[in-house]
Amino acid sequence: MAAKPKLYYFRGRGRMESIRWLLAGAGVEFEEVFLEKREQYEKLENDGRLLFGQVPLVEMDGMELTQTRAILSYLAAKYNLYGKDLKERVRIDMYVDGTLDLMMMIALLHFKNPEEQEENIALIMKKAKTRYLPVFEKILKDHGEDFLVGNKFSWADIQLIEAILMVEELRASVLSDFPLLKAFKTRISNIPTIKKFLQPGSQRKPAPDQHYVDTVKHILQF
Amino acid sequence: MGSRPKLHYLNGRGRMESIRWLLAAAGVEFDEEFLETREQFQKLKNGNHLLFQQVPMVEMDGMKLVQTRSILHYIAEKHRLFGNNLKEKTLIDMYVEGMLDLLEMIVMHPFSKPEDQPKEVVSMTEKAVSRYFPVFEKILKDHGQTFLVGNQLSLADVVLLQTISALEEKTTSILSAFPHLQGFSKKISNVPTIKKFLEPSSKKKPPPDDTYVKNVYAIFAP
Repeated sequence: MAAKPKLYYFRGRGRMESIRWLLAGAGVEFEEVFLEKREQYEKLENDGRLLFGQVPLVEMDGMELTQTRAILSYLAAKYNLYGKDLKERVRIDMYVDGTLDLMMMIALLHFKNPEEQEENIALIMKKAKTRYLPVFEKILKDHGEDFLVGNKFSWADIQLIEAILMVEELRASVLSDFPLLKAFKTRISNIPTIKKFLQPGSQRKPAPDQHYVDTVKHILQF
Repeated sequence: MGSRPKLHYLNGRGRMESIRWLLAAAGVEFDEEFLETREQFQKLKNGNHLLFQQVPMVEMDGMKLVQTRSILHYIAEKHRLFGNNLKEKTLIDMYVEGMLDLLEMIVMHPFSKPEDQPKEVVSMTEKAVSRYFPVFEKILKDHGQTFLVGNQLSLADVVLLQTISALEEKTTSILSAFPHLQGFSKKISNVPTIKKFLEPSSKKKPPPDDTYVKNVYAIFAP
């Protein structure tokens, strides 16, 4: 029996959270090693396990995988969440890339100056409501199907629900103008693997707090 | 005979340049429609041609592709420059993600304050020489082959050559400590399709100048 994927990262969301979502969505059990001290990170580096000296690191199938998007693409392909052909795949890729851009703005929010928080949140909300959410609302409206691509559950659906929940943490009413996304959120939340991940006690991580920010800054020395 | 891809971007490198390199390496002829005014950009947006209201956008195979990574992956997959199996594809993906991080610094560089630019060049060079180049030097040394992955030309080779070439423009001796990368650079530059792209009359764009920077602000500034 194959060993479970092993995730090396801080005890928090950051760039690893999308990977946790995708594994969970695919029904794949995984283990985690949490970086809490600089020495642990230095050991990973000195052992040559971090290709470009960075985490996330996912150990699976005899490989030491780094680079978030490369890991996500590998998982999507392996677990059949990448569409049925190249045309579906490129649509999933485009939707995921847009969603990841939005999520990265939110993830970085916590590392910016407190005085700039309000301004940054306002910008994120504006981008979410004018650039990203309308696109997905329209996609769902145009084809009338349950999932974003090919009438089948894919990486794009998992990435979108993760993004929706993150934006809702900033402003709970963000989906008020997007009825189809509201329905999408409910639908995807009820998929058994996703439902399980959304329950307390799962490996889903909470929103970053000061302790998380301080830990990351200490370990990565910035 | 299919129609040629059509690239929508400014007349300059930016985020489209990797796509030009890849299409050229794949031996694919393409057309370009240059964005020169704000009105042109607005027209593209209003006509719903840009999924997330951003360029690059590449019209090909009946689709309007956006998001640099998605476009690169699609072209690589279509033209067999993405490895022979999932493991090779993932290695290529990891290497390219690393290179894109470095290229991002290069793309953003012309937009920083003039007084900060020399410091940034030092920083980019330092990153290249300490974090990225040693990795590729070791890969080439360990397998002794011409290409990075699977003994054949891939997206990874093209993006690495592009990155080396952009950095050499700023620091001519940047490869001085990397004999295998020097060899790699020569060999890949001599691949016939790439050699053609490196000739003066090709669609390869010159380094960004003040006019290019002015145009970007004029067209994209909110």
